[in-house]
Amino acid sequence: MRVRVDEASCQGQQMCSIAAPEVFGSDELGHATVLIVGDLPVELHAKTRRAQANCPEDAIIIEE
Amino acid sequence: MTTLEENAGPVNDPTTDFNIFDPEFVRDPYPTMEEIRESQCPIAHSGRWGGSWFPTRYDDVVAIAQEHDIFTSRDIIVVPRSAAAAEGPYAGVAAPPITSDPPDHHWHRRLILPVFAPQAVAKYEQSTRDLCNQLIDKFIAKGEADAGTDYAQQIPVRVIATMLGVPTEMADEFTGWVRGVLEVGLTDPKVRLESRLKILKFFQAQLDDRKKNPRENDLITDLLNSGDKYPVTDQYVLGVCNLMLVAGIDTTWSAIGSSLWHLAQHPEHREQLRANPDLWPTAIEELLRAYSPVTMARIVDRDTEFQGCPMKAGDRILMSFPAANRDPRQFEQPDEVILDREHNRHVAFGSGIHRCAGSNLARLELRVSLQVWLERIPEFSLIDPAAVTWAGGQVHGPRVCRVRF
Repeated sequence: MRVRVDEASCQGQQMCSIAAPEVFGSDELGHATVLIVGDLPVELHAKTRRAQANCPEDAIIIEE
Repeated sequence: MTTLEENAGPVNDPTTDFNIFDPEFVRDPYPTMEEIRESQCPIAHSGRWGGSWFPTRYDDVVAIAQEHDIFTSRDIIVVPRSAAAAEGPYAGVAAPPITSDPPDHHWHRRLILPVFAPQAVAKYEQSTRDLCNQLIDKFIAKGEADAGTDYAQQIPVRVIATMLGVPTEMADEFTGWVRGVLEVGLTDPKVRLESRLKILKFFQAQLDDRKKNPRENDLITDLLNSGDKYPVTDQYVLGVCNLMLVAGIDTTWSAIGSSLWHLAQHPEHREQLRANPDLWPTAIEELLRAYSPVTMARIVDRDTEFQGCPMKAGDRILMSFPAANRDPRQFEQPDEVILDREHNRHVAFGSGIHRCAGSNLARLELRVSLQVWLERIPEFSLIDPAAVTWAGGQVHGPRVCRVRF
């Protein structure tokens, strides 16, 4: 599983970093960044899906 | 149609005649929201208070928030504003970026976002914790307190004053001005105008002072000096200060107050938080969902039909984020507070380009204020549930909320 943030959609809600702080961070403006390059460890998959589900802007894109 | 007397009278059908300042709605708006949401007319309309639409379903509120081109932010207060002429030199001062539309919205927001990023607001955690402890020191020996006026009300105003570099000793005055704009003033245009002018005159003097005596690490000075990057005017900086004061105080105070009101009645939730401190971030999101304080307005740009509703240019829409966050189509058991709720796509801070700029600061203040309270006062209850008073309309939350411990 890989994850990225659609920068055009992200509004800095930060729901992703609350759901999965190991995976998502914040840039200077408070918009989401992905902290893990490449494949996510299996133990973070569930949290990452939760981050995607909780994003009110539909800005989290998961590739499997 | 701007006073309580003109808009009083019983509401027979909330889908055609809702009254956001009806005392019962102010106290407990959720049954009315549910009645509208589950009716044939989930986007209600009322002629009261100058007329407004009231979407209550999550998908509708979010769709309107995302269509910022049609549903503009040229006015975001839930009742019509006073005549500009009465505001004299301050008539053009808005509250950017919340009142801005694209394209200016982009730089209006870009300039202030960095001070509100999670890593930027983290520096206020310890001072907020100290402030909360000092407030509790004043009343803990008494065995009772007003969780509203003695605690919740006292916190955000001081945090915001610190951020703006204005005297925290003026907290009571700031609070009075903000209530004059967002609470009392919504049903009393004279109070609203007076309060608005007090805020703007105060900040104009602060701007004048910074121009003569620029300060280091000072938000107002930094904003005034941003002209090399963006077309910054005094009016913009004045508007940002206005926004930070007005939007940063009543709102978070209401969220803290509602959360304490809830925890006072739910010992099992206090115990859950004590037993599992890792739950805090998730719990804060759930309290924000269940007790979302803020309703914003949008103004329709041009005649349009939305979900079968014929909306005219200039119509006002009340963006009920509190109603959206209780929609059973989006949230299971929406009226239950489930502190470890896994799926919580709430929009307490709005959605789209106007997502609350101060959301990370609000979360920090809410978490720290509740953590400190529970550390110092682990067991507490409402003295008289019926005596709790509420503010509503634009911002919903308890005002007088006496507890014993």
